[in-house]
Amino acid sequence: MEKIKCKNCAKEIENEIFILNLRVCPYCNYHHYISARDRLQITVDNNSFIELGKNINSDDFLNFYDVKSYSVRLKEAKLKTSLDEAVIIGEAKIDGNDVAIGIMDFGFMGGSMGSVVGEKIKILSNYCIEKNIPLVIFCASGGARMQEGVISLMQMAKTVSSVNRVKENKIPYITIIANPTSGGISASFATIADIIIAEPEALFCFAGPRVVKQTIKKNLPPDFGTSERNFKNGQVDMIVNRSDIKDTLTNLLKLFKE
Amino acid sequence: MDLKKLEEIPKSYLKEILKSLSKLEKLKKIPFFTGIHFKDAERDLSRKIESYKKVERDTKKVWKIVELSRDENRPQCMDYINGIFDDFVKLSGDRLTGEDKSIIAGLGKINGKTVAVIGHNKGKNIKQRLEYNFGMSIPQGYRKSQRIMRLADRFGFPIITLIDTPGAYPAIEAEDDGQASAIAKSILLMFEVKVPIIAILIGEGGSGGALALAVGNEVAMLENSTYSVISPEGCAAILWKNPSGTKLAARELRLTSRDMFRLNIIDNIISEPIGGAQNAPRRMVKIVKKYIIGALERFDGISGEELKSRRAKKFESMGFFSNE
Repeated sequence: MEKIKCKNCAKEIENEIFILNLRVCPYCNYHHYISARDRLQITVDNNSFIELGKNINSDDFLNFYDVKSYSVRLKEAKLKTSLDEAVIIGEAKIDGNDVAIGIMDFGFMGGSMGSVVGEKIKILSNYCIEKNIPLVIFCASGGARMQEGVISLMQMAKTVSSVNRVKENKIPYITIIANPTSGGISASFATIADIIIAEPEALFCFAGPRVVKQTIKKNLPPDFGTSERNFKNGQVDMIVNRSDIKDTLTNLLKLFKE
Repeated sequence: MDLKKLEEIPKSYLKEILKSLSKLEKLKKIPFFTGIHFKDAERDLSRKIESYKKVERDTKKVWKIVELSRDENRPQCMDYINGIFDDFVKLSGDRLTGEDKSIIAGLGKINGKTVAVIGHNKGKNIKQRLEYNFGMSIPQGYRKSQRIMRLADRFGFPIITLIDTPGAYPAIEAEDDGQASAIAKSILLMFEVKVPIIAILIGEGGSGGALALAVGNEVAMLENSTYSVISPEGCAAILWKNPSGTKLAARELRLTSRDMFRLNIIDNIISEPIGGAQNAPRRMVKIVKKYIIGALERFDGISGEELKSRRAKKFESMGFFSNE
Protein backbone atom coordinates (compact mmCIF):
# COMPACT_ATOMS: atom_id res chain seq x y z
CA MET A 1 0.00 0.00 0.00
CA GLU A 2 1.36 3.39 -1.00
CA LYS A 3 1.86 5.83 1.81
CA ILE A 4 2.30 9.57 2.11
CA LYS A 5 3.80 11.54 4.95
CA CYS A 6 1.78 14.30 6.62
CA LYS A 7 3.48 17.65 6.12
CA ASN A 8 2.49 18.71 9.60
CA CYS A 9 2.75 15.75 11.98
CA ALA A 10 4.97 13.60 9.73
CA LYS A 11 2.87 10.50 10.39
CA GLU A 12 2.49 8.09 7.50
CA ILE A 13 -0.96 7.90 5.98
CA GLU A 14 -2.16 5.25 3.55
CA ASN A 15 -2.74 7.00 0.26
CA GLU A 16 -6.24 5.65 -0.13
CA ILE A 17 -7.29 6.85 3.32
CA PHE A 18 -5.66 10.21 2.65
CA ILE A 19 -7.65 10.68 -0.54
CA LEU A 20 -10.92 9.47 0.98
CA ASN A 21 -10.34 11.90 3.84
CA LEU A 22 -10.21 14.77 1.28
CA ARG A 23 -6.44 15.10 1.70
CA VAL A 24 -6.77 15.95 5.35
CA CYS A 25 -4.47 14.17 7.80
CA PRO A 26 -6.61 11.80 9.90
CA TYR A 27 -4.18 12.17 12.82
CA CYS A 28 -3.67 15.94 13.11
CA ASN A 29 -6.40 17.40 10.85
CA TYR A 30 -3.83 19.23 8.73
CA HIS A 31 -5.47 20.26 5.46
CA HIS A 32 -3.12 19.47 2.57
CA TYR A 33 -3.22 20.88 -0.97
CA ILE A 34 -6.27 19.91 -2.96
CA SER A 35 -6.53 20.47 -6.70
CA ALA A 36 -9.25 22.68 -8.15
CA ARG A 37 -10.84 19.69 -9.92
CA ASP A 38 -10.97 17.66 -6.71
CA ARG A 39 -12.36 20.64 -4.83
CA LEU A 40 -15.05 20.98 -7.45
CA GLN A 41 -15.83 17.28 -7.15
CA ILE A 42 -16.41 17.47 -3.38
CA THR A 43 -18.26 20.80 -3.42
CA VAL A 44 -20.82 20.85 -6.22
CA ASP A 45 -23.63 18.48 -7.12
CA ASN A 46 -22.84 15.72 -9.62
CA ASN A 47 -22.83 16.81 -13.24
CA SER A 48 -23.98 20.30 -12.32
CA PHE A 49 -20.84 22.20 -13.32
CA ILE A 50 -20.74 24.13 -16.56
CA GLU A 51 -17.35 25.72 -17.13
CA LEU A 52 -17.08 29.33 -18.30
CA GLY A 53 -14.25 31.31 -19.83
CA LYS A 54 -12.52 28.26 -21.28
CA ASN A 55 -11.28 30.02 -24.38
CA ILE A 56 -8.96 32.58 -22.77
CA ASN A 57 -5.28 31.84 -22.38
CA SER A 58 -2.28 33.52 -20.80
CA ASP A 59 0.16 35.33 -22.98
CA ASP A 60 3.84 35.98 -22.30
CA PHE A 61 3.34 39.57 -23.42
CA LEU A 62 6.40 40.90 -21.56
CA ASN A 63 8.70 38.06 -22.71
CA PHE A 64 9.45 37.63 -19.03
CA TYR A 65 12.52 35.57 -18.36
CA ASP A 66 13.99 34.76 -14.96
CA VAL A 67 15.72 31.41 -14.89
CA LYS A 68 13.03 30.15 -17.21
CA SER A 69 10.74 31.97 -19.57
CA TYR A 70 7.17 32.63 -18.55
CA SER A 71 5.89 30.72 -21.57
CA VAL A 72 7.86 27.64 -20.50
CA ARG A 73 6.58 27.99 -16.94
CA LEU A 74 3.03 28.19 -18.26
CA LYS A 75 3.43 25.05 -20.33
CA GLU A 76 4.90 23.17 -17.40
CA ALA A 77 2.08 24.28 -15.14
CA LYS A 78 -0.50 23.17 -17.69
CA LEU A 79 1.12 19.74 -18.00
CA LYS A 80 1.46 19.40 -14.25
CA THR A 81 -2.10 20.33 -13.36
CA SER A 82 -4.11 19.56 -16.50
CA LEU A 83 -5.59 23.01 -16.06
CA ASP A 84 -5.42 25.99 -18.39
CA GLU A 85 -4.96 28.50 -15.63
CA ALA A 86 -4.83 29.00 -11.87
CA VAL A 87 -8.60 29.27 -11.56
CA ILE A 88 -11.56 27.41 -12.98
CA ILE A 89 -14.89 29.18 -13.13
CA GLY A 90 -18.41 28.18 -13.97
CA GLU A 91 -21.98 27.72 -12.93
CA ALA A 92 -22.90 24.86 -10.60
CA LYS A 93 -25.36 23.68 -8.00
CA ILE A 94 -24.52 23.23 -4.35
CA ASP A 95 -27.16 20.97 -2.84
CA GLY A 96 -29.60 22.24 -5.43
CA ASN A 97 -28.67 25.93 -5.02
CA ASP A 98 -27.40 27.70 -8.12
CA VAL A 99 -24.05 29.42 -7.70
CA ALA A 100 -21.40 31.08 -9.80
CA ILE A 101 -18.27 29.33 -8.57
CA GLY A 102 -14.57 30.00 -8.95
CA ILE A 103 -11.90 27.64 -7.65
CA MET A 104 -8.22 28.52 -7.54
CA ASP A 105 -5.49 25.91 -7.81
CA PHE A 106 -2.28 26.52 -5.89
CA GLY A 107 -0.56 23.91 -8.06
CA PHE A 108 -0.73 26.17 -11.09
CA MET A 109 2.21 28.56 -10.64
CA GLY A 110 1.37 28.99 -6.97
CA GLY A 111 -2.19 29.95 -7.83
CA SER A 112 -0.85 33.31 -8.92
CA MET A 113 -3.12 35.90 -10.47
CA GLY A 114 -2.27 37.26 -13.88
CA SER A 115 -4.46 38.65 -16.65
CA VAL A 116 -6.40 35.42 -17.18
CA VAL A 117 -7.27 34.91 -13.52
CA GLY A 118 -8.37 38.54 -13.37
CA GLU A 119 -10.44 38.22 -16.52
CA LYS A 120 -12.03 34.98 -15.30
CA ILE A 121 -13.09 36.61 -12.01
CA LYS A 122 -14.61 39.40 -14.08
CA ILE A 123 -16.43 36.95 -16.38
CA LEU A 124 -17.72 35.07 -13.32
CA SER A 125 -18.87 38.31 -11.67
CA ASN A 126 -20.71 39.39 -14.80
CA TYR A 127 -22.28 35.97 -15.09
CA CYS A 128 -23.60 35.90 -11.53
CA ILE A 129 -25.05 39.40 -11.98
CA GLU A 130 -26.71 38.35 -15.22
CA LYS A 131 -28.19 35.22 -13.63
CA ASN A 132 -28.71 36.77 -10.20
CA ILE A 133 -27.04 33.85 -8.39
CA PRO A 134 -24.62 33.95 -5.45
CA LEU A 135 -20.87 34.18 -6.02
CA VAL A 136 -18.61 31.65 -4.30
CA ILE A 137 -14.83 31.74 -4.72
CA PHE A 138 -12.34 29.27 -3.24
CA CYS A 139 -9.05 31.12 -2.82
CA ALA A 140 -5.60 29.52 -2.82
CA SER A 141 -2.84 31.71 -4.12
CA GLY A 142 0.54 33.15 -3.31
CA GLY A 143 -0.51 36.47 -4.83
CA ALA A 144 0.02 38.36 -8.05
CA ARG A 145 1.90 36.73 -10.94
CA MET A 146 5.24 38.51 -11.13
CA GLN A 147 5.79 37.30 -14.69
CA GLU A 148 3.11 39.73 -15.84
CA GLY A 149 4.72 42.68 -14.11
CA VAL A 150 2.48 45.52 -13.04
CA ILE A 151 -0.35 44.13 -15.17
CA SER A 152 -0.76 41.46 -12.48
CA LEU A 153 -0.94 44.21 -9.83
CA MET A 154 -3.74 45.80 -11.83
CA GLN A 155 -5.71 42.56 -11.61
CA MET A 156 -6.21 43.40 -7.95
CA ALA A 157 -8.07 46.55 -8.96
CA LYS A 158 -9.85 44.74 -11.77
CA THR A 159 -11.18 41.93 -9.57
CA VAL A 160 -12.16 44.30 -6.74
CA SER A 161 -14.13 46.39 -9.21
CA SER A 162 -15.80 43.28 -10.65
CA VAL A 163 -16.93 41.83 -7.33
CA ASN A 164 -17.91 45.32 -6.19
CA ARG A 165 -20.53 45.32 -8.95
CA VAL A 166 -21.73 41.95 -7.63
CA LYS A 167 -22.13 43.46 -4.17
CA GLU A 168 -23.87 46.54 -5.55
CA ASN A 169 -26.40 44.22 -7.17
CA LYS A 170 -27.20 42.78 -3.72
CA ILE A 171 -25.86 39.37 -4.60
CA PRO A 172 -24.25 37.39 -1.77
CA TYR A 173 -20.50 36.90 -2.14
CA ILE A 174 -18.70 34.21 -0.15
CA THR A 175 -15.00 33.34 -0.18
CA ILE A 176 -13.34 30.24 1.21
CA ILE A 177 -9.71 30.69 2.22
CA ALA A 178 -7.50 27.64 1.62
CA ASN A 179 -3.81 27.30 2.35
CA PRO A 180 -2.19 29.62 1.37
CA THR A 181 -3.98 32.84 0.48
CA SER A 182 -1.70 35.84 0.50
CA GLY A 183 -0.42 38.96 -1.24
CA GLY A 184 -2.44 40.18 -4.18
CA ILE A 185 -5.34 37.83 -3.54
CA SER A 186 -5.77 38.50 0.17
CA ALA A 187 -5.46 42.24 -0.51
CA SER A 188 -8.10 42.18 -3.23
CA PHE A 189 -11.21 40.09 -3.89
CA ALA A 190 -10.66 37.51 -1.12
CA THR A 191 -11.11 39.87 1.82
CA ILE A 192 -14.02 41.98 0.58
CA ALA A 193 -16.50 39.11 0.53
CA ASP A 194 -19.69 39.32 2.61
CA ILE A 195 -18.70 36.12 4.35
CA ILE A 196 -15.20 34.72 4.71
CA ILE A 197 -14.77 31.05 5.59
CA ALA A 198 -11.29 29.69 6.28
CA GLU A 199 -9.96 26.13 6.33
CA PRO A 200 -8.08 25.18 9.51
CA GLU A 201 -4.45 26.25 9.74
CA ALA A 202 -4.51 27.92 6.32
CA LEU A 203 -1.95 30.67 5.87
CA PHE A 204 -3.97 33.83 5.27
CA CYS A 205 -1.95 37.02 5.24
CA PHE A 206 -0.70 39.90 3.13
CA ALA A 207 3.06 39.49 3.60
CA GLY A 208 4.25 35.91 4.00
CA PRO A 209 6.18 34.69 7.07
CA ARG A 210 9.54 34.74 5.25
CA VAL A 211 9.23 38.38 4.22
CA VAL A 212 8.00 39.49 7.63
CA LYS A 213 10.78 37.63 9.40
CA GLN A 214 13.39 39.18 7.12
CA THR A 215 12.03 42.67 7.66
CA ILE A 216 11.55 42.73 11.41
CA LYS A 217 14.45 40.35 12.12
CA LYS A 218 12.54 38.66 14.92
CA ASN A 219 11.11 35.19 15.27
CA LEU A 220 7.44 34.97 14.42
CA PRO A 221 4.78 33.51 16.71
CA PRO A 222 4.09 29.91 15.65
CA ASP A 223 0.52 30.76 14.62
CA PHE A 224 1.56 33.74 12.45
CA GLY A 225 -0.89 34.28 9.61
CA THR A 226 -2.97 31.19 10.34
CA SER A 227 -6.75 31.00 10.05
CA GLU A 228 -6.93 30.61 13.83
CA ARG A 229 -4.97 33.81 14.47
CA ASN A 230 -7.03 35.62 11.84
CA PHE A 231 -10.21 34.39 13.53
CA LYS A 232 -8.98 35.72 16.87
CA ASN A 233 -8.19 39.06 15.19
CA GLY A 234 -11.63 39.28 13.65
CA GLN A 235 -10.52 38.79 10.05
CA VAL A 236 -12.62 35.71 9.19
CA ASP A 237 -16.18 34.68 10.01
CA MET A 238 -15.52 31.03 10.74
CA ILE A 239 -13.08 28.18 10.44
CA VAL A 240 -14.61 25.13 8.83
CA ASN A 241 -13.17 21.68 8.15
CA ARG A 242 -12.94 20.76 4.48
CA SER A 243 -15.48 17.98 4.92
CA ASP A 244 -18.07 20.44 6.29
CA ILE A 245 -17.65 23.27 3.79
CA LYS A 246 -20.34 22.05 1.43
CA ASP A 247 -22.91 21.88 4.26
CA THR A 248 -21.89 25.31 5.55
CA LEU A 249 -22.27 26.80 2.08
CA THR A 250 -25.65 25.12 1.65
CA ASN A 251 -26.88 26.64 4.92
CA LEU A 252 -25.65 30.09 4.01
CA LEU A 253 -27.10 29.95 0.51
CA LYS A 254 -30.49 28.97 1.96
CA LEU A 255 -30.37 31.90 4.39
CA PHE A 256 -29.76 34.35 1.58
CA LYS A 257 -32.53 32.84 -0.52
CA GLU A 258 -35.29 34.01 1.79
CA MET B 1 23.79 25.67 -29.19
CA ASP B 2 26.91 27.67 -29.90
CA LEU B 3 28.91 27.54 -26.70
CA LYS B 4 31.45 30.08 -27.95
CA LYS B 5 28.92 32.79 -27.49
CA LEU B 6 28.88 32.05 -23.79
CA GLU B 7 32.37 33.52 -23.41
CA GLU B 8 31.10 37.00 -24.13
CA ILE B 9 28.33 36.87 -21.59
CA PRO B 10 28.63 39.06 -18.51
CA LYS B 11 29.16 37.24 -15.25
CA SER B 12 25.95 38.32 -13.56
CA TYR B 13 24.08 36.69 -16.36
CA LEU B 14 26.27 33.70 -17.06
CA LYS B 15 25.47 31.89 -13.84
CA GLU B 16 21.78 31.66 -14.65
CA ILE B 17 22.42 30.62 -18.24
CA LEU B 18 24.85 27.90 -17.18
CA LYS B 19 22.43 26.60 -14.61
CA SER B 20 19.67 26.33 -17.18
CA LEU B 21 22.08 24.81 -19.69
CA SER B 22 23.27 22.08 -17.36
CA LYS B 23 19.68 21.25 -16.51
CA LEU B 24 18.87 20.96 -20.18
CA GLU B 25 21.91 18.76 -20.74
CA LYS B 26 20.76 16.49 -17.95
CA LEU B 27 17.32 16.24 -19.49
CA LYS B 28 18.85 15.44 -22.86
CA LYS B 29 20.45 12.32 -21.39
CA ILE B 30 17.07 10.86 -20.50
CA PRO B 31 16.47 8.50 -23.46
CA PHE B 32 12.89 9.37 -24.29
CA PHE B 33 12.60 12.89 -22.98
CA THR B 34 11.39 14.62 -26.09
CA GLY B 35 8.60 16.73 -24.60
CA ILE B 36 7.72 19.88 -26.45
CA HIS B 37 8.49 22.05 -23.43
CA PHE B 38 12.11 20.87 -23.58
CA LYS B 39 12.56 22.11 -27.13
CA ASP B 40 10.95 25.38 -26.20
CA ALA B 41 13.31 25.79 -23.31
CA GLU B 42 16.30 25.36 -25.57
CA ARG B 43 15.02 27.82 -28.13
CA ASP B 44 14.28 30.20 -25.32
CA LEU B 45 17.73 29.94 -23.93
CA SER B 46 19.48 30.57 -27.19
CA ARG B 47 17.26 33.55 -27.81
CA LYS B 48 18.28 34.82 -24.42
CA ILE B 49 21.97 34.30 -25.15
CA GLU B 50 21.61 36.14 -28.45
CA SER B 51 20.07 39.13 -26.83
CA TYR B 52 22.32 39.41 -23.80
CA LYS B 53 23.95 42.63 -24.95
CA LYS B 54 20.69 44.44 -25.24
CA VAL B 55 19.59 42.98 -21.92
CA GLU B 56 22.74 44.21 -20.24
CA ARG B 57 22.28 47.70 -21.69
CA ASP B 58 18.61 47.82 -20.76
CA THR B 59 19.30 46.55 -17.29
CA LYS B 60 21.76 49.39 -16.64
CA LYS B 61 19.25 51.97 -17.85
CA VAL B 62 16.42 50.56 -15.79
CA TRP B 63 18.52 50.28 -12.66
CA LYS B 64 19.48 53.95 -13.02
CA ILE B 65 15.75 54.78 -12.95
CA VAL B 66 15.20 52.57 -9.89
CA GLU B 67 17.99 54.49 -8.14
CA LEU B 68 16.56 57.85 -9.19
CA SER B 69 13.09 56.88 -7.97
CA ARG B 70 14.59 56.10 -4.57
CA ASP B 71 16.91 59.15 -4.42
CA GLU B 72 16.49 60.78 -1.04
CA ASN B 73 16.93 64.25 -2.49
CA ARG B 74 13.96 63.75 -4.73
CA PRO B 75 11.02 65.97 -3.79
CA GLN B 76 8.66 64.10 -1.51
CA CYS B 77 4.99 64.25 -0.65
CA MET B 78 5.40 67.10 1.85
CA ASP B 79 7.38 69.18 -0.67
CA TYR B 80 4.55 68.88 -3.15
CA ILE B 81 1.93 69.64 -0.51
CA ASN B 82 3.79 72.74 0.69
CA GLY B 83 4.50 73.96 -2.83
CA ILE B 84 1.14 73.25 -4.43
CA PHE B 85 -1.75 73.54 -1.98
CA ASP B 86 -2.82 76.64 -0.08
CA ASP B 87 -4.13 76.50 3.48
CA PHE B 88 -3.31 72.80 3.78
CA VAL B 89 -4.63 71.24 6.98
CA LYS B 90 -3.26 67.86 7.96
CA LEU B 91 -5.81 65.39 9.33
CA SER B 92 -4.80 62.44 11.43
CA GLY B 93 -5.94 59.11 12.77
CA ASP B 94 -8.13 56.27 11.53
CA ARG B 95 -10.66 56.75 14.38
CA LEU B 96 -10.28 53.09 15.26
CA THR B 97 -6.89 52.23 16.64
CA GLY B 98 -4.24 54.71 15.67
CA GLU B 99 -2.34 57.15 13.53
CA ASP B 100 0.09 56.08 10.82
CA LYS B 101 2.63 58.75 9.98
CA SER B 102 3.71 57.03 6.77
CA ILE B 103 0.60 58.42 5.08
CA ILE B 104 -0.15 62.14 5.08
CA ALA B 105 -3.74 63.17 4.50
CA GLY B 106 -5.58 66.43 4.63
CA LEU B 107 -7.49 69.17 2.87
CA GLY B 108 -6.09 72.10 0.95
CA LYS B 109 -6.86 74.48 -1.87
CA ILE B 110 -5.52 74.57 -5.39
CA ASN B 111 -6.62 77.30 -7.79
CA GLY B 112 -9.21 78.34 -5.18
CA LYS B 113 -10.77 74.89 -5.11
CA THR B 114 -10.75 72.58 -2.06
CA VAL B 115 -9.26 69.13 -2.63
CA ALA B 116 -8.30 66.17 -0.45
CA VAL B 117 -4.63 65.24 -0.64
CA ILE B 118 -3.31 61.85 0.42
CA GLY B 119 0.25 60.73 -0.01
CA HIS B 120 3.01 58.49 1.24
CA ASN B 121 5.59 60.13 3.39
CA LYS B 122 9.13 58.74 3.23
CA GLY B 123 11.23 61.23 5.15
CA LYS B 124 14.54 62.78 4.17
CA ASN B 125 16.97 61.87 6.88
CA ILE B 126 17.37 58.83 9.08
CA LYS B 127 15.39 60.39 11.92
CA GLN B 128 12.46 61.23 9.67
CA ARG B 129 12.69 57.94 7.83
CA LEU B 130 12.39 56.03 11.06
CA GLU B 131 9.53 58.27 12.17
CA TYR B 132 7.64 57.74 8.91
CA ASN B 133 8.69 54.10 8.67
CA PHE B 134 10.31 54.66 5.24
CA GLY B 135 6.90 55.24 3.68
CA MET B 136 5.73 51.72 4.48
CA SER B 137 2.17 51.89 5.72
CA ILE B 138 0.16 49.89 8.22
CA PRO B 139 -3.61 49.32 8.23
CA GLN B 140 -4.16 52.49 10.28
CA GLY B 141 -2.69 54.50 7.39
CA TYR B 142 -4.92 52.91 4.75
CA ARG B 143 -7.95 53.37 6.98
CA LYS B 144 -7.07 57.02 7.56
CA SER B 145 -6.84 57.42 3.80
CA GLN B 146 -10.30 55.80 3.45
CA ARG B 147 -11.69 58.18 6.06
CA ILE B 148 -10.43 61.23 4.18
CA MET B 149 -11.63 59.83 0.84
CA ARG B 150 -15.12 59.36 2.28
CA LEU B 151 -15.02 62.89 3.63
CA ALA B 152 -14.00 64.21 0.22
CA ASP B 153 -16.74 62.19 -1.43
CA ARG B 154 -19.40 63.63 0.85
CA PHE B 155 -18.37 67.22 0.14
CA GLY B 156 -17.52 66.74 -3.52
CA PHE B 157 -13.81 67.50 -3.12
CA PRO B 158 -11.59 65.94 -5.80
CA ILE B 159 -8.97 63.55 -4.43
CA ILE B 160 -5.27 63.94 -5.28
CA THR B 161 -2.96 61.11 -4.28
CA LEU B 162 0.84 61.24 -4.28
CA ILE B 163 2.32 57.76 -4.31
CA ASP B 164 5.80 57.02 -3.00
CA THR B 165 6.18 53.77 -1.08
CA PRO B 166 8.41 50.69 -1.18
CA GLY B 167 5.27 48.74 -0.25
CA ALA B 168 3.00 48.00 2.69
CA TYR B 169 4.85 47.33 5.95
CA PRO B 170 5.41 43.60 6.45
CA ALA B 171 5.11 43.17 10.22
CA ILE B 172 3.28 41.03 12.74
CA GLU B 173 1.15 43.88 14.14
CA ALA B 174 0.23 45.08 10.65
CA GLU B 175 -0.92 41.58 9.75
CA ASP B 176 -2.83 41.21 13.00
CA ASP B 177 -4.60 44.52 12.33
CA GLY B 178 -5.75 43.30 8.92
CA GLN B 179 -3.22 44.64 6.41
CA ALA B 180 -4.71 42.66 3.52
CA SER B 181 -8.27 43.77 4.10
CA ALA B 182 -7.22 47.39 4.75
CA ILE B 183 -5.60 47.50 1.29
CA ALA B 184 -8.49 45.67 -0.37
CA LYS B 185 -10.96 48.10 1.19
CA SER B 186 -8.95 51.11 0.05
CA ILE B 187 -9.05 49.78 -3.51
CA LEU B 188 -12.77 49.07 -3.15
CA LEU B 189 -13.53 52.54 -1.82
CA MET B 190 -11.75 54.11 -4.78
CA PHE B 191 -14.30 52.39 -7.01
CA GLU B 192 -17.15 53.80 -4.94
CA VAL B 193 -16.43 57.51 -4.58
CA LYS B 194 -18.09 59.92 -6.97
CA VAL B 195 -15.40 62.59 -7.13
CA PRO B 196 -12.44 62.70 -9.51
CA ILE B 197 -9.37 60.83 -8.30
CA ILE B 198 -6.03 61.97 -9.68
CA ALA B 199 -3.18 59.65 -8.77
CA ILE B 200 0.44 60.65 -9.29
CA LEU B 201 3.39 58.33 -8.71
CA ILE B 202 6.18 60.61 -7.54
CA GLY B 203 8.83 58.05 -6.54
CA GLU B 204 8.46 54.37 -5.79
CA GLY B 205 5.18 52.67 -6.61
CA GLY B 206 5.59 49.53 -4.55
CA SER B 207 2.96 46.86 -5.00
CA GLY B 208 -0.38 46.74 -3.14
CA GLY B 209 0.69 49.54 -0.84
CA ALA B 210 0.92 51.84 -3.87
CA LEU B 211 -2.22 50.55 -5.57
CA ALA B 212 -4.18 51.31 -2.39
CA LEU B 213 -3.86 54.99 -3.35
CA ALA B 214 -3.60 54.63 -7.12
CA VAL B 215 -7.03 53.72 -8.49
CA GLY B 216 -7.41 57.04 -10.26
CA ASN B 217 -9.59 58.41 -13.02
CA GLU B 218 -6.28 59.67 -14.23
CA VAL B 219 -2.99 58.04 -13.22
CA ALA B 220 0.29 59.79 -14.00
CA MET B 221 3.89 58.93 -13.31
CA LEU B 222 6.85 61.22 -12.97
CA GLU B 223 9.36 60.27 -15.65
CA ASN B 224 11.78 58.57 -13.24
CA SER B 225 9.30 57.04 -10.86
CA THR B 226 8.63 53.30 -10.84
CA TYR B 227 5.54 51.14 -10.48
CA SER B 228 5.87 47.47 -9.73
CA VAL B 229 4.03 44.42 -8.50
CA ILE B 230 7.00 43.52 -6.29
CA SER B 231 10.33 45.16 -5.54
CA PRO B 232 13.19 43.96 -7.77
CA GLU B 233 14.85 42.67 -4.59
CA GLY B 234 11.76 40.65 -3.64
CA CYS B 235 11.32 39.33 -7.16
CA ALA B 236 14.97 38.21 -7.33
CA ALA B 237 14.65 36.46 -3.97
CA ILE B 238 11.64 34.46 -5.18
CA LEU B 239 12.43 33.72 -8.83
CA TRP B 240 16.22 33.82 -8.97
CA LYS B 241 16.49 32.68 -5.37
CA ASN B 242 19.50 34.96 -5.23
CA PRO B 243 20.05 38.71 -4.77
CA SER B 244 22.29 38.72 -7.86
CA GLY B 245 19.13 38.69 -9.95
CA THR B 246 17.93 42.04 -8.57
CA LYS B 247 18.93 44.24 -11.52
CA LEU B 248 17.74 41.70 -14.06
CA ALA B 249 14.45 41.47 -12.18
CA ALA B 250 14.11 45.25 -12.39
CA ARG B 251 14.35 44.98 -16.14
CA GLU B 252 12.03 41.99 -16.49
CA LEU B 253 9.35 43.61 -14.33
CA ARG B 254 9.01 46.55 -16.77
CA LEU B 255 8.57 49.07 -14.01
CA THR B 256 9.43 52.37 -15.71
CA SER B 257 7.00 55.12 -16.66
CA ARG B 258 7.60 54.43 -20.35
CA ASP B 259 6.70 50.77 -19.88
CA MET B 260 3.56 51.73 -17.99
CA PHE B 261 2.50 54.12 -20.69
CA ARG B 262 3.14 51.54 -23.40
CA LEU B 263 1.10 48.96 -21.45
CA ASN B 264 -1.75 51.43 -21.02
CA ILE B 265 -1.54 51.37 -17.23
CA ILE B 266 -1.03 55.10 -16.86
CA ASP B 267 -2.48 58.05 -18.73
CA ASN B 268 0.44 60.46 -18.62
CA ILE B 269 4.15 60.75 -18.02
CA ILE B 270 5.18 63.96 -16.27
CA SER B 271 8.62 65.07 -17.50
CA GLU B 272 11.31 65.75 -14.93
CA PRO B 273 14.02 68.42 -15.04
CA ILE B 274 17.18 67.22 -16.81
CA GLY B 275 18.97 64.54 -14.79
CA GLY B 276 15.98 63.96 -12.55
CA ALA B 277 13.66 65.70 -10.10
CA GLN B 278 16.34 65.84 -7.39
CA ASN B 279 18.33 68.34 -9.50
CA ALA B 280 15.58 70.97 -9.43
CA PRO B 281 13.00 70.11 -6.78
CA ARG B 282 11.20 73.46 -6.94
CA ARG B 283 10.82 73.26 -10.68
CA MET B 284 9.49 69.73 -10.31
CA VAL B 285 6.87 70.86 -7.82
CA LYS B 286 5.76 73.59 -10.23
CA ILE B 287 5.43 71.11 -13.08
CA VAL B 288 3.28 68.82 -10.92
CA LYS B 289 1.13 71.76 -9.81
CA LYS B 290 0.47 72.64 -13.42
CA TYR B 291 -0.37 69.06 -14.16
CA ILE B 292 -2.88 68.79 -11.29
CA ILE B 293 -4.61 72.02 -12.33
CA GLY B 294 -4.91 70.70 -15.87
CA ALA B 295 -6.20 67.32 -14.71
CA LEU B 296 -8.84 68.91 -12.48
CA GLU B 297 -10.05 70.97 -15.43
CA ARG B 298 -10.38 67.81 -17.51
CA PHE B 299 -12.87 66.41 -14.99
CA ASP B 300 -14.83 69.60 -14.60
CA GLY B 301 -18.53 69.10 -15.23
CA ILE B 302 -18.40 65.29 -15.39
CA SER B 303 -21.06 63.71 -13.17
CA GLY B 304 -20.15 61.57 -10.16
CA GLU B 305 -21.80 58.49 -11.62
CA GLU B 306 -19.86 58.94 -14.83
CA LEU B 307 -16.56 59.33 -12.96
CA LYS B 308 -17.27 56.16 -11.01
CA SER B 309 -18.22 54.07 -14.01
CA ARG B 310 -15.26 55.33 -16.05
CA ARG B 311 -12.94 54.24 -13.26
CA ALA B 312 -14.47 50.76 -13.16
CA LYS B 313 -14.35 50.43 -16.94
CA LYS B 314 -10.76 51.61 -17.09
CA PHE B 315 -9.40 49.14 -14.53
CA GLU B 316 -11.62 46.25 -15.56
CA SER B 317 -10.25 46.40 -19.10
CA MET B 318 -6.65 45.92 -17.96
CA GLY B 319 -4.95 42.66 -18.88
CA PHE B 320 -3.40 40.87 -21.82
CA PHE B 321 -4.49 37.40 -22.90
CA SER B 322 -5.36 35.51 -26.03
CA ASN B 323 -8.95 34.75 -26.79
CA GLU B 324 -9.34 31.74 -29.05
